[in-house]
Amino acid sequence: MTDQEILAGLGEIVEEIAGVPADEVTPSKSFVDDLDIDSLSMVEIAVAAQDKFGVEIPDDQLKDLTTVQDVVNFVAKNAGDSA
Amino acid sequence: MTVDRETVVVTGLGATTPLGGDAVSTWAAMLAGRSGVRRLTEPWAEQLPVRIAAPAAADPAEIVGRVQARRMDRCEQFALVASREAWADAGAPEMDPERLGVSVTSGIGGIGSTLAGYDILKSKGWQRISPYTVPMLMPNGSAGWISMELGAHAGAHALVSACASGAEAIGYGIDMIRSGRADVVMAGGTEAAIMPLNIGAFAVMRAMSTRNDDPERASRPFDKGRDGFVLGEGAGMLVLESLSHARQRGARVYAVAAGAGYSSDAYHIAHPAPDGAGVTAAISRALADARVNPEQVVHVNAHATSTPEGDPLEAQALVKALGSAADGVIVSSTKSMIGHLLGGAGAIESVAAIFALRDQVAPPTINLEDLDDDVPLDVATEPRPLTKRGAEPMAVVNNAFGFGGHNVSLVFTAA
Repeated sequence: MTDQEILAGLGEIVEEIAGVPADEVTPSKSFVDDLDIDSLSMVEIAVAAQDKFGVEIPDDQLKDLTTVQDVVNFVAKNAGDSA
Repeated sequence: MTVDRETVVVTGLGATTPLGGDAVSTWAAMLAGRSGVRRLTEPWAEQLPVRIAAPAAADPAEIVGRVQARRMDRCEQFALVASREAWADAGAPEMDPERLGVSVTSGIGGIGSTLAGYDILKSKGWQRISPYTVPMLMPNGSAGWISMELGAHAGAHALVSACASGAEAIGYGIDMIRSGRADVVMAGGTEAAIMPLNIGAFAVMRAMSTRNDDPERASRPFDKGRDGFVLGEGAGMLVLESLSHARQRGARVYAVAAGAGYSSDAYHIAHPAPDGAGVTAAISRALADARVNPEQVVHVNAHATSTPEGDPLEAQALVKALGSAADGVIVSSTKSMIGHLLGGAGAIESVAAIFALRDQVAPPTINLEDLDDDVPLDVATEPRPLTKRGAEPMAVVNNAFGFGGHNVSLVFTAA
């Protein structure tokens, strides 16, 4: 899975759950500050990302995933480990 | 002795009901005597003894939008839709947010979200439950959402008293203004409970109509052939405002929210006290609170749900409360058309009572073909003109009673 594929998949998830258009989900954006996503929706996004990409995102690591790039990197690094 | 107090008026109305997506279309359909009851065609209804209900005419999820609908229970969506209408109807006043309050409730709360969350818990595990489940299931969720929508900081409240909830919320809103805590209060009730568990649970109490082959004629308050209530869904909202605030901004005034009366039967958790004393007390207290004489009352929007037990009991209690003045009162049960909206009932029926006062016409009670011998009242079966009795302003009464023995009566007078 390329970073671009992960980004596209994440964009779909964010649009579905939080209503933010997928094309606004760009690497440098912060989920809270730029995309206006609250912590409850972030939990939902994380669960959807786990299902879509086949990764585990432990709670203690979820809080460090503040930007879109953080999630892309996390998925790129961990995808396949648990699949 | 009476003391000076703030007069509370109604300056905005909103509703979404089985008859229409707003208050105006609902009222027009009521005057036309239309039924919002239909056969439930969903597969889950097949195994139930009750396969009829009165679903909302407009899907609230489409109105609030897909993403917002993911975070709000259907009952909260109804409440938001109706409150937006009421707020716009009141002229969307620019005001101090510290003086704007909310009193919006539900009889059951987000039961659909509770059940959906439990299904996911069992099938997919706790991690897949929506993180919005708690705010969706809590009965104060609607009050919270509306406070955010309006930016209301005077307090958001959600009194719960089963099927009396919507009326009680309006009474509390009146108190908020009288006590000086707020100048304007969004007050009302909402319900979205057309689901197998609720229908099964009411059916097992033998409280619901099983006239499955004839949905539009199933809800028949005061009729000899009534066999229980029909479950409806939706919300009703009133913008309550101090008269001084309304005058200051030149607001249109529908009616005076003149008073509220309460009692508790302290008798049985789900049966009304057979002597009807609690109902009589609530009505009498509401009239006293409103400083209204029984002779002023021209119309009652009755609680009358179409159950064999409740309807005559209310009718007789009404006669006791109004005395000889009961003779000139025209009574309606709009539940004949929209079914029973539980926590939304008292709110929507207050909207109907206020429209009746404004238009000076009582809505019909449809399906009333053979008046119960134990109902000594003039029940309207078609729209009936309301005429002022004496020199004092016309008054209308709305009753709402709930499991738990809660009795609430509201009085509105002509502006």
